Amino acid sequence: MARIEFDRIRHAYMADPKTEADYALKELSMTWEDGGAYALLGPSGCGKTTLLNIISGLLHPSGGSIRFDGKDVTTLSTEARNIAQVFQFPVIYDTMTVRENLAFPLKNRGVARDEISRRVDETLRIIDLEEKADRRARRLTADEKQKISLGRGLVRSDVNAILFDEPLTVIDPHMKWQLRSKLKELHQRFAFTMIYVTHDQTEALTFADKVVVMYEGEVVQTGTPDELFRKPKHTFVGYFIGSPGMNVLPCKVSGKTASIGGNKVRLPVGAPKDAKSLEVGIRPEFITLTGGRTGIPVSINRVEDIGRFRIVHADLAGKEIAATLPEGSEIPAEPRAVFDPANVNLYADSWLVEAKG
Amino acid sequence: MNKTWNNKAWFMVLPVLLLVAFNAVIPLMTVVNYSVQETFGNNLFFFEGVKWFREVLHSDRFHDSLLRQFFFTGTILAIEIPLGVIIALAMPRQGFWVPVCLVLMALPLLVPWNVVGAMWNIFALPDIGLMGYSINALGIDFNFTRQPASAWFTVIIMDVWHWTSLVVLLAYAGLRSIPDAYYQAARIDSASRWAVFRYIQLPKMKRVLTIAVLLRFMDSFMIYTEPFVLTGGGPGNTTTILSIDLVKAALGEFNLGIAAAMSIIYFLMTLLVCWVFYSAMMRGEDE
Ligand SMILES: Nc1ncnc2c1ncn2[C@@H]1O[C@H](COP(=O)(O)OP(=O)(O)O)[C@@H](O)[C@H]1O
Ligand SMILES: [Mg+2]
Repeated sequence: MARIEFDRIRHAYMADPKTEADYALKELSMTWEDGGAYALLGPSGCGKTTLLNIISGLLHPSGGSIRFDGKDVTTLSTEARNIAQVFQFPVIYDTMTVRENLAFPLKNRGVARDEISRRVDETLRIIDLEEKADRRARRLTADEKQKISLGRGLVRSDVNAILFDEPLTVIDPHMKWQLRSKLKELHQRFAFTMIYVTHDQTEALTFADKVVVMYEGEVVQTGTPDELFRKPKHTFVGYFIGSPGMNVLPCKVSGKTASIGGNKVRLPVGAPKDAKSLEVGIRPEFITLTGGRTGIPVSINRVEDIGRFRIVHADLAGKEIAATLPEGSEIPAEPRAVFDPANVNLYADSWLVEAKG
Repeated sequence: MNKTWNNKAWFMVLPVLLLVAFNAVIPLMTVVNYSVQETFGNNLFFFEGVKWFREVLHSDRFHDSLLRQFFFTGTILAIEIPLGVIIALAMPRQGFWVPVCLVLMALPLLVPWNVVGAMWNIFALPDIGLMGYSINALGIDFNFTRQPASAWFTVIIMDVWHWTSLVVLLAYAGLRSIPDAYYQAARIDSASRWAVFRYIQLPKMKRVLTIAVLLRFMDSFMIYTEPFVLTGGGPGNTTTILSIDLVKAALGEFNLGIAAAMSIIYFLMTLLVCWVFYSAMMRGEDE
């Protein structure tokens, strides 16, 4: 278990990176707290695997340094860092039995024999493969193979951190749910530092105390699921988290009032002077459709019924927006959209403008 | 089920049938035919039953060349397979040097057999050949036309030079098919270099190595031109392996019956060894 600190870490796969865009991971300083359960969320190709590989030492960063509990490990090898990592696709040692696969990392680290068999038995129970313990790993299904991969990470209970790189991609939905709760339970029991990569937001939000959202090689926000929902720091977080995602509407700003196609909306903050583009962000959950006099007139395009509530897709000053409609309420004849003033956010060049002080 | 029976379809199979007949079945049957008959020329043949087989199986000459054959095959396999694997492991996995290495490796395979034989013959000559001269210059008496040990050494090193590349290319193809994630997982699991070889690389190379062993085994049983050009089976009979002996019996001494019986025995042996080896290697696959 360890606290992991990044100090101006960055990485480019090419030999001499010139522009910012050449970096697969842009300069990043952050701390992963000891015992924290982090979900690393972001679209494919945004640098999640790169970040994990830097932590485990499979990759040495082009710049910056990394510390475990204050000790600089930037130049240490993977073996010396004592990190467990589980990959997206199952990696098993074909010629070994399930039991031997699990024992392998312990054996390599010179763990005593009875300790090995105790831990392997326990891990077999956790991944629910006790019956197949002495079978050749090669003949198992993809699910079972991935459970072995997971098991080889979990069997090492003394690691500095366990990194999961989309480990449940190949596993069927029912099993996914089971394994996820197993992992959560294990985390609560052993309090290891855990970083869990996924591009599935429900998985991330149910799993983690802290969610780290990445976008194009950059960490755009780190926060609790609630923070990501209410105050997305970047319009990408707004789109990516929540379904449907946040409405982002281009606007003009004077003082603390935004004008969207001529309609005025009150803002919590004013715009910074040098901003090139300004947008208002508002979640569908914070838009109410009324038949009253106030609000911005909209025209309804279509209504989606997803059970608990309905989603209205409407046209607002030439831009499509989504709004949620609680069960039982009717769509007014001449609908107007009213934004909840506490949850209107202003974005300058895609980044949230935060109130000072 | 509603099947249409159309006997014309048989004509479609005819070309293949003819091809197989002419290049395999008929020659083989001719040999079988010779192996059970005696002739005194003039195309007159008498049925002899298994006489030739009995004679061959009891002849010291056959035992000796068989022994030499196994010595040759065993030695080249013992050298070429591990050497090929080691070279494949040492080859770069990506970058500029990959094509260069591959072309260099493929070169010996492109040289025709008789040229290989002639090349090594000259190369190993004690007076003017670079290798022969150099060995003698080191103070070791080396003359492959007179000393059996030198002749064996040259025959084997020639085969190793010519055919190790095949093993390298096959093993390299096997290695390339291993995803990076395996090597990464091995590092995460703190596997030693040996463990990576033993538990990742070797199992992934098993199929291609099985093929390499079979190919080299069969080829070394068939090999004729190279050792014939190099040593002609000599000095004396010391490097007379099966194929050379066979040609001597058939064409040199015109013992068609003996030669035919020898080739059948030799064919069945190759078949048997390959089958046993292949089933043993593949048994593990589907347990
Ligand atoms: N070995 C590599 N060589 C060159 N570029 C790479 C390599 N691995 C990843 N990249 C690039 O780096 C970026 C980030 O990749 P990655 O970290 O794998 O993303 P993710 O795991 O989020 O899908 C991508 O643009 C990808 O093309
Ligand atoms: Mg990835």
